Amino acid sequence: MRIESILRQTAKRLGNKTVLIAGDKRLSYAELDDLSDRLAASLWSQGITRGDRVLVFMNNCWEATVAIYAILKAGAVFSPINASTKADKLAYIVENCRARAIITQEKLSAIAVEAIGLNRACELVVARAGDESSHPGTHSFSRMLQVAPPSVLHGGIDVDLAMLIYTSGSTGRPKGVMMSHRNIEAAAASITTYVQNVEDDIILNVLPLAFDYGLYQLFMTIRSGATLVLETSFGFPQAIFDVMRREHVTGFPLVPTMAALILQMRDMEPGFLPDLRYVTNTAAALPPAHIARLRELFPNVRLYSMYGLTECKRCTYLPPEQLEHRPGSVGIAIPNTEAFVVDDEGRAVEPGTVGELVIRGPHVMQGYWEDAEATGRMLRPGPNPWEKVLYTGDLFSMDREGYLYFVGRKDDIIKTRGEKVAPKEVEAVLHACEGIAEAVVVGVSDPVLGQAIRAIVVLSNPALTDREIIRYCAKNLEDFMVPKSVEFRASLPKTDTGKVSRRLAAEPQES
Amino acid sequence: MTSNLKTQIRAFIIENYLFGDTSHPLDDATSLIENDIIDSTGVLELVTYLEDTFQISVHDSEIVPSNLDSISSIASYVASKTILQQSVA
Repeated sequence: MRIESILRQTAKRLGNKTVLIAGDKRLSYAELDDLSDRLAASLWSQGITRGDRVLVFMNNCWEATVAIYAILKAGAVFSPINASTKADKLAYIVENCRARAIITQEKLSAIAVEAIGLNRACELVVARAGDESSHPGTHSFSRMLQVAPPSVLHGGIDVDLAMLIYTSGSTGRPKGVMMSHRNIEAAAASITTYVQNVEDDIILNVLPLAFDYGLYQLFMTIRSGATLVLETSFGFPQAIFDVMRREHVTGFPLVPTMAALILQMRDMEPGFLPDLRYVTNTAAALPPAHIARLRELFPNVRLYSMYGLTECKRCTYLPPEQLEHRPGSVGIAIPNTEAFVVDDEGRAVEPGTVGELVIRGPHVMQGYWEDAEATGRMLRPGPNPWEKVLYTGDLFSMDREGYLYFVGRKDDIIKTRGEKVAPKEVEAVLHACEGIAEAVVVGVSDPVLGQAIRAIVVLSNPALTDREIIRYCAKNLEDFMVPKSVEFRASLPKTDTGKVSRRLAAEPQES
Repeated sequence: MTSNLKTQIRAFIIENYLFGDTSHPLDDATSLIENDIIDSTGVLELVTYLEDTFQISVHDSEIVPSNLDSISSIASYVASKTILQQSVA
């Protein structure tokens, strides 16, 4: 089934029910359905049609949810873009997927205008700009909601693409992960099954909608007929907890950094969120000490350890009753999917042996947008001749009962604050910084971030300071990609072929 | 005293969150979170800085936007805490 059809069905059944709470704004299912119909009709009348790519470059706000469903209702493909993305990278994405439009908000519109540049094929829609947008040639989001909606007949089916979600690429350029409607619905159905989502659920989401973990909270909410409370930041956890108590929140998705922040608080009493039914954690396994403390703070709450990657959304979950017995495991394959560990020849390995995790199921992506080579590395022939399976690039082992344990990455990808960062993407920016002769980027262990990004540089201008380098990065990279520390060296270690060795650079220096 | 405090807090924010970039618009009333100047780990660093520099103890329940989301609210909060601590002493 197509994703927008699920909204339509739920809206018919539960029209007056609140689907979304974002700050002071509350939307019912009927309102979300109607507003997205209107925006879809306006996009359609602007020439957006089946299969076109439209970027949603917004913070977590109600307009972003309307935009996502409107794009799907127009038969088009949405691509959620992190709000801290800078113009250069946005321009790359616009060009890479030949975006037909960007839907954004006033404070990001200057970046969007810069990214579009002279690309006349790409339109700009600006939300919350008042009736007249400040940039000539752009469309006002609120005006586009004023049209009476004739229904759009795009003719799309559920194997069409629904979403392109860009992920940090090991080549230094982001790659667009292609997810069909069927992929998204399969993943959402599987997750809502094991999390046991029900209509009475009220889910609190502070994770960016541009991050698939945050985005799927929306899809899971709507397919369950539940309610989503959308917040923009976990900067003030107490303020979020107040919202959670006021709205009687039952579901709380976390990343390890948020768990670490909660556990650093000093005055929390067990049961301080009385309506909470489940907590999920993904991106990296929680340290056992954190799990123990979370269980104390959240008695009677089902705590899920999970693991996944954007290319299939989610791979595994640990049934909460197993948490005590196997706190280091990220569990078993999610319902209606398979996960197995293979050696370099693709043969399943014995329990306890480390190999690459392979995923099979209806949630596996269609590939990377117009990148057959990268797609071929990830999607490879599997046990059956009629299908490809997903090679995750993650090293795992499995115990005798079939539970999986994350061991490490096969490549250099850094996981920080729950997001993946390819060192090359950061290095490309460092190499463009005047005064830096050579640079290499590594991940160093950090109690709150999981891994923190460290830049190791050789200067051509000795006057350049670490602050100046970090500031330069902050102007050119999304927030989570900016190095936390800079280390200066006289030279970088090289391999026999003369390439800078990231592995050798990461080893501690002898003093 | 508050204006002195504001200068000190502003200097900390510029140095640590804007990496010395003084061109970034930063009024006393600018929301630090809404303008993406600090994130969740940044708030913790701010709390540690306030506790160490001004010898105050920040309770979890005080880590809220009305106390810490702008230079002026931070300055007023720190001023009220230090006065309170002096009167207790």
